[in-house]
Amino acid sequence: MATARTYDPELLRQSRMRRANAQRLRKFGLHLILITLLVVMLYPVIWMVFSSLRPEAEIFGGLGLIPTTWTLENYRTGWNLFGDKTFGLFFVNSFVICALAIAGNLISCSMAAYAFARLNFRFKWLWFSLMLGSIMLPIHAQLIPQYIFFLNIGWVNTILPLVVPKFLATDAFFVFLMVQFMRSLPPELEQAAMIDGASYWQRYWRIILPLTVPALVTTAVFTFIFTYNDFFSQLIYLTDIDKMTVPVALRLFLDPSGGTSSFGGLFAMVLVSIGPVLGFFLASQRLLVRGIATQGFK
Amino acid sequence: MAHVTLEALTKRYGGNAITAVDNLSLEIEDGEFLVLVGPSGCGKSTALRMIAGLEEITDGAVWIGDEFVNDVHPKDRDVAMVFQNYALYPHMSVFTNIAFPLQIAKLPKQEIRRRVDEAARILQLQDFLKRRPGQLSGGQRQRVAMGRAIVRDPAVFLMDEPLSNLDAKLRVQMRSEIHRLQRRLGTTTIYVTHDQVEAMTMGDRVALLKDGVLQQVDTPADMYNRPANTFVATFIGSPAMNLFHASLGENGDDGSRLALGNQALHVSKHVFDRRPGLRAYANQPVIVGIRPEDMEDTALVPDGAQGNRLHSKAELVEALGSDQIVHFALDAQHVDVVDPDLLTDIAPEPGTEGSFCIARFSAKSQIRNGDPLELVVDTDRLQFFDPSSGLAIHH
Repeated sequence: MATARTYDPELLRQSRMRRANAQRLRKFGLHLILITLLVVMLYPVIWMVFSSLRPEAEIFGGLGLIPTTWTLENYRTGWNLFGDKTFGLFFVNSFVICALAIAGNLISCSMAAYAFARLNFRFKWLWFSLMLGSIMLPIHAQLIPQYIFFLNIGWVNTILPLVVPKFLATDAFFVFLMVQFMRSLPPELEQAAMIDGASYWQRYWRIILPLTVPALVTTAVFTFIFTYNDFFSQLIYLTDIDKMTVPVALRLFLDPSGGTSSFGGLFAMVLVSIGPVLGFFLASQRLLVRGIATQGFK
Repeated sequence: MAHVTLEALTKRYGGNAITAVDNLSLEIEDGEFLVLVGPSGCGKSTALRMIAGLEEITDGAVWIGDEFVNDVHPKDRDVAMVFQNYALYPHMSVFTNIAFPLQIAKLPKQEIRRRVDEAARILQLQDFLKRRPGQLSGGQRQRVAMGRAIVRDPAVFLMDEPLSNLDAKLRVQMRSEIHRLQRRLGTTTIYVTHDQVEAMTMGDRVALLKDGVLQQVDTPADMYNRPANTFVATFIGSPAMNLFHASLGENGDDGSRLALGNQALHVSKHVFDRRPGLRAYANQPVIVGIRPEDMEDTALVPDGAQGNRLHSKAELVEALGSDQIVHFALDAQHVDVVDPDLLTDIAPEPGTEGSFCIARFSAKSQIRNGDPLELVVDTDRLQFFDPSSGLAIHH
């Protein structure tokens, strides 16, 4: 039997309150978990920030997080640790390699991608498969033959092995990224340009490239981050202290043979070296997400 | 300006498995507006793309003016194309979009400015030259695409369904704008559409394709009044022509009787005089075509001849304001014309309740759903087709 229902504003208010409270509690719990996880992850960084601001002797001396004495001494010693060469030199070296790698990847990968995405040539799919296959080849398998090759042509201890291959579209991942992006552009745009009289080069330069900007930004950001963080190949190919880059130079603060290590200087310079990556990422974040989102990765 | 000749133009895909365009031969006069029309997948866009040079030609030849252009690059054919999605360059301003072909041709800056301004004036785009295509409405984008085409002053305009992305009202407006523009410029134009109204209203001549095969090429009026076969008859005109199996009686001095199911119409001697070929079908089955607009409510034509009347019941009356579309059953076998755009499989089965027939009555008719129906057929305007080939019986 159906019971008669009457409209009771008080009852309605109470039930709304109950629902709102439950929701608030759920949100509070969720935030608590997230903040805890954040602290766990950020703690080493925070610890490093404070350690870089306390005297060297205190770093491993006390358990407290906050320094008893505040100092910028570590930044000074870290920056000037290598005699007449400041840490700025390593930044310059890193930036030169990064800039050339970005330029190389943008030019060569976009051209290769345009060819794969829009041109017809013999054995296109074979070349494309080979290119994709190269992504699966681990760097360790390529390392020794590459090193021997560069040694034979006298390029070791120069930046050439780190830069020249970028101009030859060797980063298959970026070629693939751009191929997918270019394929998503309507073919009519290019056909219209073709009828309007544009050559292959004009179509690439005036139509395709400007429309590929999100993918180009993605490539630039990732190339910067990968190259800036690339410790391994820079360690192998660059031996002179004049040519060293930031990640390789950071290693010099520690003496693996048990001699004196400058942890204060290391922490200070690590923090300084995080700056460019963070800045670059934040500046291009919006375009980066757009570039990845258009790829269907997000 | 130039005339365009298509000679046995053929396009096959997938190792000859699919023939998109089959032996298409057409002569398009200098300054003519030719509309290629047909249902989706009939090969009309493929034919256009072959003329543009965007599609390789399997067989046959394309001539633009006196030049054989089969192997000529699209940019050297002196054609301009308007695409269905306009293909405007989204990163360029309206000005640069229109100027693009001139910039590529390395014209002096002042000349580019002058020509773009002229095109913008014709198309009323002066206020939008600095905007990007994304900031324009559909109609404005369409105009920019037209601007890019006319600024080059090409020999031939190729238009691939340029109005299909617009809403109905804008389409009607742009239809007349394009038509006027073509008249004014006098440039040879080949226009592809699937919309028979566009074809009929815009074209100097209309070429109708089906399955890659040219069915008829004619002026819109002749296409409507003298369709070459049953497909053309049903494709042109809306609502479509009603087609039924019928049989002609003995051809006497005053004409003949046309049995349409259990009813009959009288075909006058004039009809036979106009179509001498029809005499051979005396006492034979034929396909008869009745246009909806050739039928009228008897109440509005009281002096309509007795022999030209059909009786049925109005199953559905659709009042359009200007006129009324009346659906009624007729006890005669309907002729199915295969058109991929029509849902023929859900058409009523012949023989059950009879076939459905559609008439277009004047708005003055008082007919309502379910009313008994008496209508007069203008038998002078009946169309006749051979039942085995589907070809029109004209001569």
